[in-house]
Amino acid sequence: MLTVRDVTAGYGGTPVLRDVSLTVDDGEIVGLLGASGSGKSTLLRVIAGLVAPMAGTVLIDGEDVTTVPTHRRGVGMVFQDEQLFPHRDVAGNVAFGLRMHGWRKPDIDRRVAEMLALVGLAGFEHREVTSLSGGEAKRVALARSLAPSPRVLLLDEPLTGLDRELHDRLVVDLARILRATGTTALLVTHDADEAAAIADRVVHLDELRGAAGGDPPLRVVELPAEATHGLRRRVLRGNDPAATVVFSGDDDPTTLHLGIEGADGELLAVSTWLVQPGPVDPAPTDRKLRGMAVADGWRGRGIGSILLEAGLRRVFAAGASAVWANARDTALGFYERHGFRVIGEGFVDDVTGLPHHPVRRTRDAPADASGYQSTRASTRSANRDGSTPSSSTTTS
Amino acid sequence: MNGVRANALPRWLVGTLIALPGGFLLLFYAWPFATLLARGLSPDVVADVLGARQTWRVAWFTLWQALASTALTIVIGLPPAYVLARFRFAGRRLLTALLASAFVLPTVVMGAAVLALLPPSWERGVPAILLAHVVFNLAVVVRTVGAVWDHLPPDLEHAAATLGAPPWRAFREVTLPLLRPAILAAASIVFVFTFTSFGVIRVLGDAGTATLEVEVWRRATQLGDIGAAATLAVLQLLAIAAGLSWSAWQQRRHSRALALRPRARRVRPRPGRQRRLVAAVAIVTALLVAAPLVALVERSLRVRDRHSLAAWRALGKAELRPGVSSGVDPLASIGMSLRTTAAATVIAVAVGVIASLAIAAARRAGRLLDAGLMLPIATSAVTIGFGVLITFDTPPVDWRASWWLVPIGQALVAVPFVVRTVLPVLRGIDPRLHEAAATLGASPIRAWREVTWRHLRRPVVAATGLAAAISLGEFGATSFLSRSGTPTMPLAIERLLGRTGALLQAQGYALATILAVTTVVVVVVLDVTGERRQ
Repeated sequence: MLTVRDVTAGYGGTPVLRDVSLTVDDGEIVGLLGASGSGKSTLLRVIAGLVAPMAGTVLIDGEDVTTVPTHRRGVGMVFQDEQLFPHRDVAGNVAFGLRMHGWRKPDIDRRVAEMLALVGLAGFEHREVTSLSGGEAKRVALARSLAPSPRVLLLDEPLTGLDRELHDRLVVDLARILRATGTTALLVTHDADEAAAIADRVVHLDELRGAAGGDPPLRVVELPAEATHGLRRRVLRGNDPAATVVFSGDDDPTTLHLGIEGADGELLAVSTWLVQPGPVDPAPTDRKLRGMAVADGWRGRGIGSILLEAGLRRVFAAGASAVWANARDTALGFYERHGFRVIGEGFVDDVTGLPHHPVRRTRDAPADASGYQSTRASTRSANRDGSTPSSSTTTS
Repeated sequence: MNGVRANALPRWLVGTLIALPGGFLLLFYAWPFATLLARGLSPDVVADVLGARQTWRVAWFTLWQALASTALTIVIGLPPAYVLARFRFAGRRLLTALLASAFVLPTVVMGAAVLALLPPSWERGVPAILLAHVVFNLAVVVRTVGAVWDHLPPDLEHAAATLGAPPWRAFREVTLPLLRPAILAAASIVFVFTFTSFGVIRVLGDAGTATLEVEVWRRATQLGDIGAAATLAVLQLLAIAAGLSWSAWQQRRHSRALALRPRARRVRPRPGRQRRLVAAVAIVTALLVAAPLVALVERSLRVRDRHSLAAWRALGKAELRPGVSSGVDPLASIGMSLRTTAAATVIAVAVGVIASLAIAAARRAGRLLDAGLMLPIATSAVTIGFGVLITFDTPPVDWRASWWLVPIGQALVAVPFVVRTVLPVLRGIDPRLHEAAATLGASPIRAWREVTWRHLRRPVVAATGLAAAISLGEFGATSFLSRSGTPTMPLAIERLLGRTGALLQAQGYALATILAVTTVVVVVVLDVTGERRQ
């Protein structure tokens, strides 16, 4: 089991990561998403011991390894550009870790053959690594890091830079191999689909960050429908005990209820995402965002953005092609900053009596492509001005 | 004329361009070299020399001191190569500059500096020679190995660490094998330099420590045994050729197609152990290189344990006491050096630039000339000087007394470096510039003048500095060819340091200081001028 506690790390005195905490259970494969430059790779390097954290601890199987040198941590790492040793052949690369751990020659040979068979490269022992294709090199890198059975395997964008077809094939293989070996793994990628396909659980680096700027750590969690009712009632219905807070589709197994918990487990925000054909193009893969609610004390602190982005990532990763919602007109700017477009006429919501606008965002909306970071930054400054996205409700 | 050559320079011009440096090469290199072979390979002399115990003693000493110097330089040079390639730290550029200055210093100056540093009981003999060789050649290892280390991704070592390799094992199993071709290349350069060491040994050697070069010089000029000297020179050439082919073969065998990667980012060392390591390596290296140079200046200011400017004031006087002359006039030697260097630089730059133009313009004949001009690098300066001396000693070409023979010898040593500086720039000129000029109505000669000529200024300035620095410090060829009463500075330094008498020694150190400063200034100033004129 891998535990990262409140790690702050960076280069030259400037932290890239702030107060990051994360746990990966034994045999669990966690996908770690984040924009480029957000410090995903730095986190892996801290776990591997290649970068010393400025603060925080790293525990492997309960043992504090924060000051243990890399070679005694029992971590394996697959580098983005493989980093195969060019002066050794395939077998020499795969055997390297085994030799370092003092294995005997016959055992090494057997293990190397076994690992190469596992990654689908049986018989490649004596090939020069410089003669391998891109996909073969990735497989050798994987075999090399798995051979000494590391306690934790770290994968740093292992499938970046491959053509689509090869990438998709390796995604399937990687998932199979990691499960077959029961490896505890942390996979860093910027590709939400890839993470969803390989990992048991996908987290975003921002969710791991104890909210930047000194706020206590926040966690994005999945909730049962009932857990959302209290906050819905308070925020969306003015705490009216008679108002209905149960939405149609709440109990549908495909509906996703997300919440943000504070350090003490208090529920600070909720949102509900259900499969429902969109108003423009009634494609069955559209998702409807309903009842996004942020607790009073947390309005204007960027928490709505975290919740919205977390939800968008999950539903897109799960195959949704668009998300739509009916946004209260005071929150319209908030949605637009997150790549939503107003579709159709504004209207007054029957239940709340407040003006609303239908909004919609497709999977590859420009805001998504232009970078999550900048969106966040602009939202944050806007929030400080007081234009808080308090809630959005639905008509139906 | 066919279409391909229609836009090229006319054949007669290219032919003339080739003929000039070609003729120079034939007259002053090929002919003396042939003479040397003829004299050195006469059977009875060869049998005599090979049968003599002295020959093998000298050969053995030459070999083992070269191997020891090379091994020491590599071992001492790897830590600074690592530190300079991987880290950013205060004083990094200063350390690089210090190493580079040590490398451009004349061999005699380096010998003098080590002599000045070591206590009297150590100052001559093997340890002194090894120290001088290490300080002198450290820059070769740092540059050659550092250039590859720069591009070696640190993640390769990180990968080894995640696989359980402790740092020293990661170094031995991953870094070292990948650096091996660069280390071999550096080692073969250092080996050739130290195998043919002459100036350092003349200053620091004692009775038992003669290299083949020194023995060639001793036999030829002190004992008058031309035949044996020639045989030894040929023997040395063969040994170097064998060594270089072995190293080339090894480098090919061990070279790996390292994916061409951008230079790894240099980082600040991590506080704690890493910072202490970087600081220690940088400081020790700086001390190792700077200490002899500081000692050199200090000793020039000290006469018989008392600090004074006496040696500097006495530079102009050959006469020590009324009626007692040292036979060396330091001030006159400075003038002599400046005149000789000026002439040698003009010759070397003229021959080198014309040759570069010819090589760039011509095809097959150009390649031949290119290879021919590189030969003097593989031949030691002593061999060149010796060859010239024994070739032009009989009428009608008895030029031994001619003042210009010294600059010719120095120019021969410098020409390859001029060509190596100028030619890459010429080859780098986009041929489409010529084509563009032609389409705009320029004749081939006009296009050449407008395009090529403009690109020449900068490399020519750099080459001039290099040639001047080489000529200023040239000792091997000059030892043979300087026949007039006034020696050049390196010769004067060697003579002064070989004398007893505190004032003479101090004068030697003072003169060495002047030569060191002049050389570094020439290289730095012309380097900077070249940069500015970009």
